[in-house]
Amino acid sequence: GQCGNQVGCRFWDLALREHAAVNKKGIYDEALSSFFRNVDIRSGGDGPDIYKGKICSLKARALLIDMEEGVVNEILQGPLRDVFDSKQLITDVSGSGNNWAVGHKLYGYRYRENIVEKLRKTAEHCDCLQCFFVIHSMGGGTGSGLGTFVLNLLEDEFPEVYRFVTSVYPSGEDDVITSPYNSVLAMKELNEHADCVLPIENESLFDIVNKIHQMINSGKLGSTVKQNSMVTSSAGSAKSVQEKPFDAMNNIVANLLLNLTSSARFEGSLNMDLNEISMNLVPFPRLHYLVSSLTPLYTLADVNVPSRRLDQMFSDAFSRDHQLIQADPKHSLYLACALLVRGNVQVSDLRRNIERLKPSLHFVSWNQEGWKTGLCSVPPVGHSHSLLALANNTCVKPTFIELKDRFMKLYKKKAHLHHYLHIDGMEQSCFSEAISSLSDLIEEYNELDATKGGPRTDPSRLKIAV
Amino acid sequence: MSIVTVQLGQCGNQIGHEVFNAICSDVRGTHGLCSKKENESYHDACKERFFSEEEPEVPVARAVLVDMEPKVISQTLSIAARSGCWKYDDRSHFCQKQGSGNNWANGYSVHGPRHKEVIMNLVQKEAEKCDRLGGFFTIMSMAGGTGSGLGAFVTQCLRDAFPTSFILNHVIWPYGTGEVIVQNYNSVLTLSHLYQSSDALLVHENDVIHKICAQLMNIKQISFRDVNQVIAHQLGSVFQPTYTAEGGLHYSRNPLGDLMEALVPHPEFKMLGLRNIPQMPENSLAYSTFSWPGLVKHLRQMLIANAKMEEGIDWQVRPPPLGSFIASSHSTNKPLHFNTSIANLVILRGKDVHSVDLGSFRDPSLYTSWLNPQDAFNAWKTPRAFNKYEKSASLVSNSQFLLKPLDNVVGKAWNMFASKAYIHQYTKFGIEEEDFLDSFTALEQVISSYTTL
Repeated sequence: GQCGNQVGCRFWDLALREHAAVNKKGIYDEALSSFFRNVDIRSGGDGPDIYKGKICSLKARALLIDMEEGVVNEILQGPLRDVFDSKQLITDVSGSGNNWAVGHKLYGYRYRENIVEKLRKTAEHCDCLQCFFVIHSMGGGTGSGLGTFVLNLLEDEFPEVYRFVTSVYPSGEDDVITSPYNSVLAMKELNEHADCVLPIENESLFDIVNKIHQMINSGKLGSTVKQNSMVTSSAGSAKSVQEKPFDAMNNIVANLLLNLTSSARFEGSLNMDLNEISMNLVPFPRLHYLVSSLTPLYTLADVNVPSRRLDQMFSDAFSRDHQLIQADPKHSLYLACALLVRGNVQVSDLRRNIERLKPSLHFVSWNQEGWKTGLCSVPPVGHSHSLLALANNTCVKPTFIELKDRFMKLYKKKAHLHHYLHIDGMEQSCFSEAISSLSDLIEEYNELDATKGGPRTDPSRLKIAV
Repeated sequence: MSIVTVQLGQCGNQIGHEVFNAICSDVRGTHGLCSKKENESYHDACKERFFSEEEPEVPVARAVLVDMEPKVISQTLSIAARSGCWKYDDRSHFCQKQGSGNNWANGYSVHGPRHKEVIMNLVQKEAEKCDRLGGFFTIMSMAGGTGSGLGAFVTQCLRDAFPTSFILNHVIWPYGTGEVIVQNYNSVLTLSHLYQSSDALLVHENDVIHKICAQLMNIKQISFRDVNQVIAHQLGSVFQPTYTAEGGLHYSRNPLGDLMEALVPHPEFKMLGLRNIPQMPENSLAYSTFSWPGLVKHLRQMLIANAKMEEGIDWQVRPPPLGSFIASSHSTNKPLHFNTSIANLVILRGKDVHSVDLGSFRDPSLYTSWLNPQDAFNAWKTPRAFNKYEKSASLVSNSQFLLKPLDNVVGKAWNMFASKAYIHQYTKFGIEEEDFLDSFTALEQVISSYTTL
């Protein structure tokens, strides 16, 4: 869909920027191969993959899907056109009309074979496929409907490969009236077929963009922000002029994905791979929604960083205004928390900050010390260090409750339902099952919240006859 | 006799590398403080133990490197080679791409069987390079997926393939406030399995070493490298050559066998703790002098009071007077915090080592009643100083040192298990709830045995 492709485009641009900063010799290395193929195009057209040696032509390991052509065409005409394999696209003309059923049932059925074939092709080019990233929005028709259809396919065709989904949730003032329907229908699919979901809300991205603007325009003496360090910036990438208003917001999401995969790509003293994230942060299969935060949002130039600043980075990661959804993890219940640190940070800094922050956070009774940590030596572009925090926390609940409320408002009046029901394969039960799935999920979070602050009785241990 | 080291997972490989570094730098150092002849004997004994003579100038470590992802091994191999002092055999490693995802079940049930043949072939090759194989030393953490799960599987394979060789597992206890959320599950599964195939488990706790780095070594921003270097120093102080018999003419040639004989009289009791004093920053070494009586006194009190390092020792703790033992198996008559030992081994290295009086360690009140005090205590010595320390004393102890940490880990794991959290991640790869219960039972048994010493 549009959102998925626009975010994706920023992701690939910033990924190239990151690797270019680290890979000075132009050698195609393990780190690059996680996201890119190295293709020999000298003989014209698409040649065979080159696994070692100098970089020839990098191709993103990606499949671009949209049911209208505008967005994908723009990408293919832009500065990143050579990064994408022209055969790894699936587009149509008329779009999905912001209708989940059109995306999921109609286009799903029509493009199934095509999608499977192209997925198989990309998988064949990988010597060890570990994970799929699905990037989409929940409120529309393609990203939401066809996107979740693809999620199902991924589970069927590649059951062993992890499925990480980055989902942009609609805000209350979303101009797509049917976004609650689309989102709830998509949620059911995410509940059942995703390994991990990273929910994102536009409002939060917008707030972060504003925060940075204010910082820059405050004109404080001696505090010049390093251009390429801003989490919203495209500086130094192929598309350095930000024309689109969404670019800054999309850069944040792109940086999230880069940080998430940094320890899998680059070396460090305590590596954290994607399968470890899923293992440690998902205690029960359906509770796989992770609230993310990125710090710092920018780096000031010409300033030495005393350890106080480092500690500030850790504090910020837990503050409400750094989260990528409208949520406050500090006042809700943690099931698990992961901290992925990049750059010049050592285990003692990590330990000191965990000890410092722990008392103010509420952890579920069976996971009182539930921290997963990773140390990656390579910092992001423009920073000396950075932190990505992922929380499995009941603070996602309000987002889901609001979604349910907005859904019910429409559903009670049966507003716009006919647009969905006249699609082949779509029935009233799809709606009732979807809302039921969401309600069950909310209930699970409720039950956990009920345990918060309650008395702790540890279960009695096994008794051994002496 | 030679020891083959098997480095498992990120932790195992990072530590293994520091261990060979420490050993090499000790041997090449000019601070031996002993005769040239002594130095040469030491050098030869060390070489035989840890290195093979394939290339004349650069010794090749007797090691097999295993990991389920490539980055750490690739780094380890290249850093070692660049040192110019020693290297690994270029072919003696095995890695995959996927990693184990911190999942013990993945390491044990999937990677283990899948890669058993390749890994055991590498081990066999290293074993064959030895004139006489003294046994295996495996290095792993309990918290992750590869070192712990695959490590447990490999240990089992070693036991099956080499039924008469000694196997010593070096196990890293993770920080209490997680490095990995499921670390307690992984630890319980690892320990219970290792107990079946291993001869002894030598444990280092990250929290303890971290404190040593902070308080004794004065390191401000402690990195894993710092932690690993302290661990490597402590291990070196145990495994470098010594004379095991009073008036012995040759360096002992069977370090693992000697260790087992000294410390593991009963298969129910395999948990070994390690203390090494003194520890200080390198630039302070020149200004410090220690006396053997002082070191021995501190080490003994560290044993009795279960102190983790030489600062903050509780001198109030005393062993109970002899004759106050009741025949029952409850230790209610022992004063609180007193650490009862089954067996102890003290290793002394450096100047005037032969004059040291270790009688205080032979005090029967330190030990549980079922071993002869004569048999419960052993001392190894060498006049050759270790790693720039004029005098260095190590204690390897089979005692209640690890009782509390073990109890903590089992308690936390049980607490999580009661809620069934994360269990689906393990059942996905074939480890069922019953397997967990078996492991819990096995460890509660070990805890009970150590408690009633």
